[in-house]
Amino acid sequence: MTPGPATAGTAAPGPAAPGPAAPGPATSGPAGGLLPTPSQTIGPFLAMGMEPLERRDVVPATTPGAVVLTGTVLDGDGVPVPDAMLELWQSGPDGRFDTGAGPDGDQPWFGRSLTDAAGRYGFTTMKPAPVALRTGEPQAPHVELLVFARGLLRPVRTRVYFPDEAAANGADPVLGAVPPERRSTLVAVAVAEGGGLTFDIRLQGAAETVFFAC
Amino acid sequence: MTMHAEAKASAAGGAPDDRPARLPALDMRTLDPPYDVPGYRSTTRRAPLQALLVLPPSTADGTGPVFGERTVGPSDHDLTCHHPDEPMGQRMSVEGRLLDTWGRPVAGQLIELWQANAAGRYQHAVDDHPAPLDPNFDGYGRCLTDGDGHYRFVTVRPGAYPWGNHPNAWRPAHLHFSVFGRAFTHRLVTQMYFPDDPLFDYDPIFRSVTSPDARAAMVARFDLRLTEPQRCLGYHFDIVVGGPAIGPAGAATGAGR
Repeated sequence: MTPGPATAGTAAPGPAAPGPAAPGPATSGPAGGLLPTPSQTIGPFLAMGMEPLERRDVVPATTPGAVVLTGTVLDGDGVPVPDAMLELWQSGPDGRFDTGAGPDGDQPWFGRSLTDAAGRYGFTTMKPAPVALRTGEPQAPHVELLVFARGLLRPVRTRVYFPDEAAANGADPVLGAVPPERRSTLVAVAVAEGGGLTFDIRLQGAAETVFFAC
Repeated sequence: MTMHAEAKASAAGGAPDDRPARLPALDMRTLDPPYDVPGYRSTTRRAPLQALLVLPPSTADGTGPVFGERTVGPSDHDLTCHHPDEPMGQRMSVEGRLLDTWGRPVAGQLIELWQANAAGRYQHAVDDHPAPLDPNFDGYGRCLTDGDGHYRFVTVRPGAYPWGNHPNAWRPAHLHFSVFGRAFTHRLVTQMYFPDDPLFDYDPIFRSVTSPDARAAMVARFDLRLTEPQRCLGYHFDIVVGGPAIGPAGAATGAGR
């Protein structure tokens, strides 16, 4: 962290003294909070850093009720994006985020899939239980996704809803606030009976996926 | 995630019909680069063009993955020690703390790093820069922050390298950092730069961040006290996650942010 130029609200610490007693970064916002480190693109060589901890199987494929979720990331020309990474976050079937997916509850409900040369990603997970908003308003079951890629200076965030939850989806407050013509971009498509779900992500275009602010 | 009007109205018992037809389009992360940066060509067909929608507060905002000790091996933070011989280049360490925007340490969280070698070449099939690969340097590592949010990597200083974005385009030397914060929505992938790089002025990725203070937050600081005699140069780089410290309201608000 380099002390930035003096600006209103900047509280530069003295000489940097790393270690437990050191003050935080030099740059602070007007409210006294620290400035978040800005995002930068994950770049074309993301696999070097991200592939070692890739985790397509949130649960083992043999888990009863396991759902296979696959899709393709597409750019504005409909061209697959081969250098993207998706990360998944969700609650478990018990509706809790703080219990894990492993047999001992020791693995988070977290997935990471890089796209392949055809822009395809894939996860094996479970459908989460419905989780209410903090206001108490119920939501339909969904998983959260972040998408990183070369050409994205920061990730895009989206949600995957389940096609067999028509009633819950119809009452979901988030889907309900999305313009009707764009809602379908947030609902996965059933491939076939027992064949898993498809959820393509279109970064641009007429059917651009709905993205949310992080 | 910012509490917004209709969520409050709903909490107060407002009828569902009071809800606006669409969520307000508002992006609080004002210090982050925009998606669409014309000077960075790859954004042209990948940057979303529709406004982001803002979600009402949900549990997903306040929770995120935590990685156990098993995720990281004892030498995974040292990129220089995995081969019989030392990698080529200037040995260096980088260390600092992972903090939230309130200055609190984020303990026990995963940091992943990858980079080019000293010649500016990535060990990746897509990299065709005609600079040598280094058989003693893989170029990636990981660590967990300690109880005080502290992390440390040992590596070599990466070289600058050319890319095809525009004629005579060169990336300033950088390390790629991937960081998990307190919540999934605090997830950060960024790049750490080195002080006074003459390529800053020509790099559309660095310059996609426009605030001088925010740019400075991506640049490590050389620190003689972290420098080991006869061994390696030391750099200091704190990483701050957790959403906006400033926003339209000029305030960092919301528990857990």
